Amino acid sequence: MGRIILNKVTKSFGEVNVIPPLDLEINDGEFVVFVGPSGCGKSTLLRLIAGLEDVSSGMIEIDGTDATMVPPAKRRLAMVFQSYALYPHMSVRKNIAFPLRMAKLDQAEQNRRVEEAARVLNLADYLDRRPGQLSGGQRQRVAIGRAIVREPAAFLFDEPLSNLDAALRVGMRLEISELHSRLATTMIYVTHDQVEAMTMADKIVVLRAGNIEQVGSPLELYRTPRNLFVAGFIGSPKMNLLSGAEAAKHNAHTIGVRPEHITASPSEGTWKGTVGVAEHLGSDTFFHVHMEGNDEPMTVRAGGEVDMHHGDAIYLTPEQQHMHRFDANGLRMA
Amino acid sequence: MARAVTPTRRNLTTAAAWLVGFLIFFPILWIVILSFKTEGDAIGTPWHVLTSGWTTEAYATVQSRSDYFLHFGNSVFISVGSTVLGLIIAIPAAWAMAFVPGKRTKDVLMWMLSTKMMPAAGVLVPIYLMFKNAGLLDSRVGLTVVLMLIDLPIIVWMLYTYFKEIPGEILEASRMDGATLRDEILYVLTPMAIPGIASTLLLNIILAWNEAFWTLQLTTVDAAPLTQFIASYSSPEGLFYAKLSAASTMAIAPILILGWFSQKQLVRGLTFGAVK
Repeated sequence: MGRIILNKVTKSFGEVNVIPPLDLEINDGEFVVFVGPSGCGKSTLLRLIAGLEDVSSGMIEIDGTDATMVPPAKRRLAMVFQSYALYPHMSVRKNIAFPLRMAKLDQAEQNRRVEEAARVLNLADYLDRRPGQLSGGQRQRVAIGRAIVREPAAFLFDEPLSNLDAALRVGMRLEISELHSRLATTMIYVTHDQVEAMTMADKIVVLRAGNIEQVGSPLELYRTPRNLFVAGFIGSPKMNLLSGAEAAKHNAHTIGVRPEHITASPSEGTWKGTVGVAEHLGSDTFFHVHMEGNDEPMTVRAGGEVDMHHGDAIYLTPEQQHMHRFDANGLRMA
Repeated sequence: MARAVTPTRRNLTTAAAWLVGFLIFFPILWIVILSFKTEGDAIGTPWHVLTSGWTTEAYATVQSRSDYFLHFGNSVFISVGSTVLGLIIAIPAAWAMAFVPGKRTKDVLMWMLSTKMMPAAGVLVPIYLMFKNAGLLDSRVGLTVVLMLIDLPIIVWMLYTYFKEIPGEILEASRMDGATLRDEILYVLTPMAIPGIASTLLLNIILAWNEAFWTLQLTTVDAAPLTQFIASYSSPEGLFYAKLSAASTMAIAPILILGWFSQKQLVRGLTFGAVK
């Protein structure tokens, strides 16, 4: 079981208020991703749940019991750190077995669980090595192994992939997702990468300056962002935002339309502009289009075969049903 | 930093370095030379000292007159004892200051260091009286405690700088893994800090071994370490250079050998964790 409830949790460091009163419910078995720009308090929130930081006020409930004052060792949560935080003086086997040793499990059971974790994570050949002799991806697997052996109520991941190179990151992302579907244990995952959030999460929590901007499934956030911040943060490339006369035509302060919801044409369309940078990815082409009266270039996704280049005239037609409207306060309009 | 260095310049620098090294080592070398001379030869001109015959007479006299092994045993007991006792107290203290610093941690550290700036003679009388009243004069336990207290600031400071280099996330990971505070210090922090603890141990054994002020003031016979043994050969009259040198050589030999074999740790200890 791993149901975690945050009730009016706050955190201040001295005078600085990092987390204003915050409520959140995480259901058993859910994969929840905290996402937001750096300094938004997502890591602090994770550390509060872990018990590595004390809350300034409010209550943290784990599986129906008040865990606010429970030390980290007793919360039955396992954490994977950004720096992996492996014990450098212990072999991989001892690293993975450490939580079991602390729980005073008998040696045979310890060995059985370590072997099992090593098999699942492809670490069987490395059990007698030291962390210093492993690559980044292998170290990350050891850190995950150390987390899974103790069968915790929930896993906490603090930007676990940010020290890996791009190719490895995609691989580990899949592995963690597979691990979640196999174990069906609650996972809370902190990242600043919205692609990780979109691909892994059951539920995304978008944070800004300690405030929860929106909670929802990846597609909910993508389809109906509650405000401009979420609209701009979720989706890659970013949503195009237009205000002024164009927005007024739709009775809104700002309108947003995603690059993939705009049709580009060399001859006809609603908006006219010129191609700035054209990024040809093969499968897709991204055009950065300069339009009169708009400071920011618009980003448009077109098929890989579209043949337009820098300086060409381009006509854009937004799909009306995918247009997002926001009021003067940046909130979504119905 | 890459620089072009001409061979001549390099040779000159090397020669200068050897010269400085020799100058620093010279007094010890001279003591060793004197210890192998007769009392008569030992007070001669340097040239005479170098050209006269060699003898182990002084060592024989010293060994027959006093019990080297008693003093050696006392020195080992006091220096190792005070250092180990100091480490037992300093490891938790340095842990607290490095990983859960409070507002006044820096002040506490500076205050501890400041006690080292006070002349030892300033507290001689109170400590002497306390020792006298407690019946600790000329006892190994008493001396061990005093030397421990005197070296404690250095031990805490050294451990503190080593502990600061250990990433806090690793200790947090152990907490998440269910380690109690005791487990964390015993199984994670201490093993990781072994190189630092080793150099602290070695440096403080040497400091305590060489400590003369308190050992001379607070002991006479039973608890007297090698410093007292050396001092007993200095007398206001008569010839004693050779015997004094022999006693000194015998006293410094063990620590010199220890230092030789642990050079690597010591250099790390002396640079105080300045480089990672």
